[in-house]
Amino acid sequence: MLLPTALRARVAGAPGAAEPLPVERNPEARAAPFRFVPRLVRFPREHEFFEDGDVQRHLYLQDVLTQVAEAPEKSRVPEFTCQVAGCCQVFAALEDYQHHYHMMHGNACSLCSRAFPSEHLLDTHILEWHDSLFQILAERQDMYQCLVEGCPEKFKTTQDRKDHMVRLHLYPADFRFDKPKTNRGPATPETVADLSTRTLADDGDAMEVCCEPTSLTPARVGERRTYNHRIPSTICFGQGALRGFKSTKKRNKHH
Amino acid sequence: MWSRRQSHLRRVACGVEELRCRRREQEAALRKARREQQLVSKRLLRESPEEAAGEGAAAVLGEAEIQQFLRLAQRGTDEKEREKALVSLRRGLQHLETQQTFIWMEGSMRILVGLLTCNRALLQLEAARCLHELSHSEQSAVAEACLPATSYLLIYLSGHSSDFIELCLYTLGNLIVESEAVRRHLLPQGIVPALASCIQSPHVAVLEAVGYTLSQLLQAKEAPEKIIPHILDSTLLQHMLQLMQPGPKLNPGVAVEFAWSLHYIICSQVNNALLITHGALSTLVLLLLDLAEVVQRTEDVGLELLACPVIRCLSNLLAEVATEDVGGQMELRDERIVAALFILLEFFLQKQPSLLPEGLWLLNNLTANSPTLCTSLLSLDLIEPLLQLLSLSNVVTVLDCIYVSLQVLTVLCNVAEKGPAYCQQLWPGPLLPCLLNTVALSDTDVVGQSLELLQLLFLYQPEAAQAFLQLSGLQALERHQEEVQLQDRVHAVQQTALHC
Repeated sequence: MLLPTALRARVAGAPGAAEPLPVERNPEARAAPFRFVPRLVRFPREHEFFEDGDVQRHLYLQDVLTQVAEAPEKSRVPEFTCQVAGCCQVFAALEDYQHHYHMMHGNACSLCSRAFPSEHLLDTHILEWHDSLFQILAERQDMYQCLVEGCPEKFKTTQDRKDHMVRLHLYPADFRFDKPKTNRGPATPETVADLSTRTLADDGDAMEVCCEPTSLTPARVGERRTYNHRIPSTICFGQGALRGFKSTKKRNKHH
Repeated sequence: MWSRRQSHLRRVACGVEELRCRRREQEAALRKARREQQLVSKRLLRESPEEAAGEGAAAVLGEAEIQQFLRLAQRGTDEKEREKALVSLRRGLQHLETQQTFIWMEGSMRILVGLLTCNRALLQLEAARCLHELSHSEQSAVAEACLPATSYLLIYLSGHSSDFIELCLYTLGNLIVESEAVRRHLLPQGIVPALASCIQSPHVAVLEAVGYTLSQLLQAKEAPEKIIPHILDSTLLQHMLQLMQPGPKLNPGVAVEFAWSLHYIICSQVNNALLITHGALSTLVLLLLDLAEVVQRTEDVGLELLACPVIRCLSNLLAEVATEDVGGQMELRDERIVAALFILLEFFLQKQPSLLPEGLWLLNNLTANSPTLCTSLLSLDLIEPLLQLLSLSNVVTVLDCIYVSLQVLTVLCNVAEKGPAYCQQLWPGPLLPCLLNTVALSDTDVVGQSLELLQLLFLYQPEAAQAFLQLSGLQALERHQEEVQLQDRVHAVQQTALHC
């Protein structure tokens, strides 16, 4: 196809268009036997018109998913220890440490050292465990908020909340992030290390979320996290913020 | 991101001809699946196990071995040993037999989920990898057995470990494709808010994974009724459009996934007016312009993967815009759209001729009700390049050739029907000789459309009829005089030509 040379420059130029030529239709144009009328055409999802493009799309996905399924190569480094107080885990690969740090210390409660899978669950935990105002209010009104983000429902007890999550949100009946608290004393920084040496029982030790504290800890009124355990999500431990877990393969390629 | 396709081909140790042959087989399988409306099946997304087995492939695991690995992972004392047990399990799970044995063993999934949610980060990761392997299974029963894990995978999407989030997303994406039961659980479990939170991640790999998962969710057959309304209610739409904005931050791999997601939303015709209010048209037009520029600059393979859904989205959305509103949409009065589209048409001709019909479909929707853009076609000298598409027989299949010709003629009719001012620009020029060629063809629809165009031309530009006669046009028409669908129009055109 031979395109006018000015065309490429036009695309890069300013928006606009030539003044439209005057439209002047003769009714004879649409008289029988002629039937042309300009028509907007739309195609629905499954139309065969889309076949070729869809096939190409799936060929592309096949390539991508094959790569995703491969486990990444790890970048080996001399062994080092996690620097967070109380954690003595040792690592020999940066990716491992990165994952460990995010999961175990990324959303950790500074008041009791428990680790949470997300900020939302951490915030909920702090509210329900360490906020005495919450305890007071909970005696009089429904305070336990559903854990599914976006659901506004609140409940009188954690059991009620759990029933709601199982019934409405189809959560598993043995949902592990909302188990009743076993009676452990106030956590000390050593707790994290203790957990690591305990073997997993039947269900193992889940990361905890929140539940009614069976004994009221002498909580400090209105105290939130005293310091921020949260790492800005862009921190990537020296490997560039845009790394994905399979990008180790990309390291030798030029982009 | 584009390097992925290359490195996949590199992995396979065989010759170029064998690669092409495999590619043809893959394509044939996909085409068949699409015709049976089975294209979303995951079987087709995974390459066959024999090919997948390379270095590090393990043997099939029996029940006893699986049990041993699970026990070691769950109760071992040395952390490294526990991880290794899970790695061994994962390798074994590459085989369908191991997967089946695993899911039928009592308590195995419960233990795996326990490890997925335990307080050792690396065990969590390895457990997630095992789940990922299961999610990739050819058999839906295996994927469905992963249902107990989904709520946890969703919760982890709100974490900070980008590698882990990516893994969870691809796992969810695979499960979504395979099982309606899983999808029925994922919606109440909160997948939409979880994706809406993930889509704000700064990590490109995570964004690409979100796009993939979303596109798979939107392809479900129940999507128009059960899924798309929730998506449209959330903040996902705004974020999607933002990630498709052209500029230095645009990542093609990410944009591809969201463009396809947008396509599935739009062609389901649930609430396209909402999309227009959110500025989808504007984003799509800007992206089209950007693509036309990039296509000229780089040798990047794969830009057609992005151009295709963008064109589809734009074209289907245009069909929603009522005639009177067209004038109100400023973006649609910009002749750069037409210029960009032609650059892309030429690109398709080189790289992917099967996409020409889609490009021309957009051109039809752009010109049908728009005097502005019809004028642009004329003022930018695009009629001649358009006519070149009428003689493509050596590049595309016969069927595509006919279809493309039909579309070209339709666009020309869009221009001609707007009156004498337009027809005067169409002729004098190469149009008539081209029309004589198309009229000489045997396809009824192509000839019919040629006749429509001739009639418009003679009506608004009578001198063209003279030229037509001089080019032996009447004789060219004679061969169709007996054709039932064409007779009346042939006769009418002949009469008009003679009496102009």
